[in-house]
Amino acid sequence: MDKVVELIDVSMNYHTPEGETQAVKNLSLSVDKGEFISIVGPSGCGKSTVLSLISGILKPSSGAIQINGMPVDGPSQNVGYMLQRDHLFDWRTVRSNAVIGLEIQKKLNNTSIKYVERLLDEYGLSEFKDHYPKQLSGGMRQRAALIRTLAANPDILLLDEPFSALDYQTRLALSEEIWLIIKKEEKTAILVTHDIAEAVSMSDRVLVLTKRPAEIRSEHPIVLTCALHTPISCREAPEFRHYFNTIWKELDIHV
Amino acid sequence: MYSKGPDTVVIMSPEHAEYLRKEKFTQHAIRVSRILLLLLLFALWEAAAAFKWIDPFIMSQPSRILRTILTLSKDGSIFLHTGVTVYETVLGFISGTVLGTLIAIVLWWSDFTARVLDPYLVVLNALPKTALGPVILVWAGGTTGSIIIMALLISVVVTILNVYLSFRTCDEDKIKLLKTFGATRLQILRKVILPFSIPSIISVLKINVGLSLVGVIVGEFLVSRAGLGYLIIYGGQVFKMDLVMTSVLILSVVAAFMYLSVSWIERKLLKMR
Repeated sequence: MDKVVELIDVSMNYHTPEGETQAVKNLSLSVDKGEFISIVGPSGCGKSTVLSLISGILKPSSGAIQINGMPVDGPSQNVGYMLQRDHLFDWRTVRSNAVIGLEIQKKLNNTSIKYVERLLDEYGLSEFKDHYPKQLSGGMRQRAALIRTLAANPDILLLDEPFSALDYQTRLALSEEIWLIIKKEEKTAILVTHDIAEAVSMSDRVLVLTKRPAEIRSEHPIVLTCALHTPISCREAPEFRHYFNTIWKELDIHV
Repeated sequence: MYSKGPDTVVIMSPEHAEYLRKEKFTQHAIRVSRILLLLLLFALWEAAAAFKWIDPFIMSQPSRILRTILTLSKDGSIFLHTGVTVYETVLGFISGTVLGTLIAIVLWWSDFTARVLDPYLVVLNALPKTALGPVILVWAGGTTGSIIIMALLISVVVTILNVYLSFRTCDEDKIKLLKTFGATRLQILRKVILPFSIPSIISVLKINVGLSLVGVIVGEFLVSRAGLGYLIIYGGQVFKMDLVMTSVLILSVVAAFMYLSVSWIERKLLKMR
């Protein structure tokens, strides 16, 4: 299969007047086309840094990062990034928020606008296009944020704990929904999360990182036997608990 | 799915109707009391002067103020002086706000510049700008220009500090979001920093109305050619307290009117968002 994302021996250090922090150390990973992988790890271990590196907004201290076989040099239009909070702009309507990426990339044209309209219609925001973000619920806001990311039509989606600001019910429902959208639009996805159940239920593969500096501790291909292969129904699979326990032990969390 | 419709029909309970009625009555009572208080103060002043409890020559008197207003209206000079003051103030606070915002943009753009200029801004902010009045007068001459420079100077530093602070409090993740789309610095400024800071810029505008007026009045004291500040200083020098009091009274009405205008603009602008 084609490797769409590849990190080879990547290290990342942060420098402040107080000192140097090693966030990522000799990290290598690759993601195949259409794959959904999750990265879990203890909090503050540098999970988000890995995403920022892949997206090109941070440059690694050493090592190489490739997207579709090309070295990463700054933000790429092939990569979409979804942050923890939706960050919809209060002063823009839902529609106008959804096209902001296109505006920045100067790709605002009839075809791209039609595509955004289709996404908004298809994913339950058709009546809310002219609403302002304040008039939307948390789940709808996060869906609008996903559409904003999809609007620029990236092949790869980076999801940085996109559900963590939501309440539990919304979170389950939305992760199911977003998973379906990602599969339907045939995107490759990398999800960073601290929720083991979320990682196991949504992914084809789960990577467990060590404490800072982040290195790969283990890798788990997830194979679940469930009739409807969606995140919520996969939580019923007999193997689910086994994966959950293994990863939980590996995270080695002491409070 | 999670629609929070604002159009839900509410059936009012008698208890709530009673609450609303009381609330309305209180608001009405406050408004009436305000006007009565003003009338009472003027009446007291008038009576005090009429019964010679105070010397109307020094303290002036509402009826004499009214007479002064009428005399000044007849030859139109009151409109000239008020107009001059308003014109100078508006020019002062608009140029102060625009210039201050532009400088704040420069500081945001170049962190190095911001760090270099930081102590200068601190000192300039602490310095009472009116102390520079005589300097400006000598440099720019006794013209309207000096007065506007005075008004601008007094408002520009506060504007720089407030607007720059607002630029910096803009959420880093909002900027990160635009960066993931490959935004340039100019795009970040236009798409997030400026729209995010509009409320701060407007609230600075409100502060600047008052500050500019201080600058203009001090400027008019010094330049002494026209304006309400000139009338006040002239009235004081020739001991026409009626003229001084009249000018102060008009000045307070003008100040309130300008403040309310900016508040009105603020409401209009924020409603559009």
